[in-house]
Amino acid sequence: MIQHSPVLVVIIPLVTAFLIPLMGLLRKKYCIYLSVLSMLSIFVIAASIVTSLVSSGTIHYYLGGWEPPWGIEYVIDPLSSFMVILITFISLIIVVYSRRSVEKELPNNEVAFYTLFMLLITGLLGIVVTGDLFNLYVFLEIASLTAYALIAVGEKRDALVASFNYLIIGTIAACFILLGIGFLYMVTGSLNMADVSTRLPEAYGQYPKVVLAALAFFVVGLSIKVALFPLHLWLPNAYTHAPSTVSALLAALMTKVGAYVMIRIIFTVFGFSFITQITDIAPLMDILSIVGALAIIVGAVFAISQTDIKRMLAYSSVSQIGYIVLGIGLSNPIGLTGGILHILHHAFMKGCLFLAVGAIIYRTGIRDIFDFQGIGRKMPYTMLAFSIAALSMVGIPPLCGFFSKWFLVLGAIESKSWKVFFSLVILSSSLLNAGYFFRILERTWFGESPYSQRDEAPISMLLPTLTLAAGCILLGVLIFVSHPFIVSIVDTLF
Amino acid sequence: MTDPGGVSIVVRTVSRIMIPFIQLFGIYTIAHGETSAGGGFQGGVILGTSIILLSIVFGLKEADRRMPRELLTAFMCVGLLIYSGIGVLDLLSGGRYLEYSSLPLPLPPHEISALSILGVEIGIGITVMAVIILLFFCLAGERDA
Repeated sequence: MIQHSPVLVVIIPLVTAFLIPLMGLLRKKYCIYLSVLSMLSIFVIAASIVTSLVSSGTIHYYLGGWEPPWGIEYVIDPLSSFMVILITFISLIIVVYSRRSVEKELPNNEVAFYTLFMLLITGLLGIVVTGDLFNLYVFLEIASLTAYALIAVGEKRDALVASFNYLIIGTIAACFILLGIGFLYMVTGSLNMADVSTRLPEAYGQYPKVVLAALAFFVVGLSIKVALFPLHLWLPNAYTHAPSTVSALLAALMTKVGAYVMIRIIFTVFGFSFITQITDIAPLMDILSIVGALAIIVGAVFAISQTDIKRMLAYSSVSQIGYIVLGIGLSNPIGLTGGILHILHHAFMKGCLFLAVGAIIYRTGIRDIFDFQGIGRKMPYTMLAFSIAALSMVGIPPLCGFFSKWFLVLGAIESKSWKVFFSLVILSSSLLNAGYFFRILERTWFGESPYSQRDEAPISMLLPTLTLAAGCILLGVLIFVSHPFIVSIVDTLF
Repeated sequence: MTDPGGVSIVVRTVSRIMIPFIQLFGIYTIAHGETSAGGGFQGGVILGTSIILLSIVFGLKEADRRMPRELLTAFMCVGLLIYSGIGVLDLLSGGRYLEYSSLPLPLPPHEISALSILGVEIGIGITVMAVIILLFFCLAGERDA
């Protein structure tokens, strides 16, 4: 069955999403177990994909037996396999965590929640395995639509407004991406990424403006999807008002998948040599790096001024997306290595932070940073996980956040142009990160505590949080294992 | 000649006669999906409208009695499971996902393809019908809630 693994990672969550409502008619309690089982099986398949990729190279799968460029092709190359294993692992962790949290936040809505949850996973996995532009758009829409719905089920009525804003902005983004795909299809006559890529130079000779317009539509549309400053306005409200589990999933994976699509479109479809060739007319990489640097600083400054912990983490996400986009914009292999490493590390760090905050909200209902006084005594293990992830975000070695910033700084220096300046941006942003995390850590661990008794989160919430925290340490200590793998990914892109 | 609900006997009688024919036409449209104009989406909508007509004329309660929401939820999922199940059957019989001709039936490949597509269209039809009715029930039932 291993040759079918590219399609299995998509259809297993898809079929599970349809089985859950049926299961819900019989026994509502079993929906969660069905989801966990399905996530576990696709995680195993994802692991087998990575091992077979190492031995036999890129996997191509023709859906329905139709060969490309006519049919839909699923391609698993190193970058896709990296994303597949990341998505399956993080969502497995989150689905284990979700049981108690969903029970409390969405009573009697478990069936709908897990159906949407599995469809969201289907969308995310579909985006990363497909080698077809239109298929990518379809999966992007599946992921976005389920995300709108999952945000809207949040506890307060504000969640509806947040979801509606996201719906409007996200639909505009999807339109832009669809226009980009349409323009490319118009001039190349193909939707298969590899095929479009080979036909593009000729098409550019004939219709340069159409190709440039397509590139512009893609970049702007995807910038909205990844919430790149100044197109990030949907993100803070959406993350703040969504249920805890959903915030964690969106923060850890949704924007990362957007960043993946950006890398895929720029480096695989258009190609790095093409982007450098048109750099006089459209200095895309320069624009991305400047906007990324702005996002890093502005996001961090906004984060400092927040008092709601979830909103602070949301602005911190805006800042961290800046790192990834800056990594793309540095346009050298070391910078991109930093960017892709940051996709991995930020998924672990931000996932851990949101899970820890979700556990605190579950136990105490506290959301205001000023109420965190002495909470380390009440929930020591949850706050330990939070602190590890926070220190990692600041970039303390040997935690993983240090290494992605390290490679970004190296990439900035390597560029040997005015982009060297960005190394200063990255270093100063670390100070800003320290600013907004240390005020929480200080309140948590030091000073008077109103709590005398320990009252930890339930074990099914604590274990996933601690696993991600351990992941932050391990990814940092074992950087010599992951770094060659990321370098091999970057080699396939340049 | 109106009943307390305000719908005249003409409307009720005509609907009672029409609804079976609408449903028949819906099934006909689904069954023609693989060879001519028509298919699961169109046929499913036509099937759905027959129930919507029923609920407009005889009231939501009556429609809900004949088509309970649990049943509609089950239909919605079963239709999609038929679709993806045919794909999985292709996988199990040695082909690729949705490679219809790989099913081990004693027929020429194009016949197997046509038969599989009919199965897929039936699946789509069931799902679309259930979703259309559910959407109508949710929107129409909003005032009571």
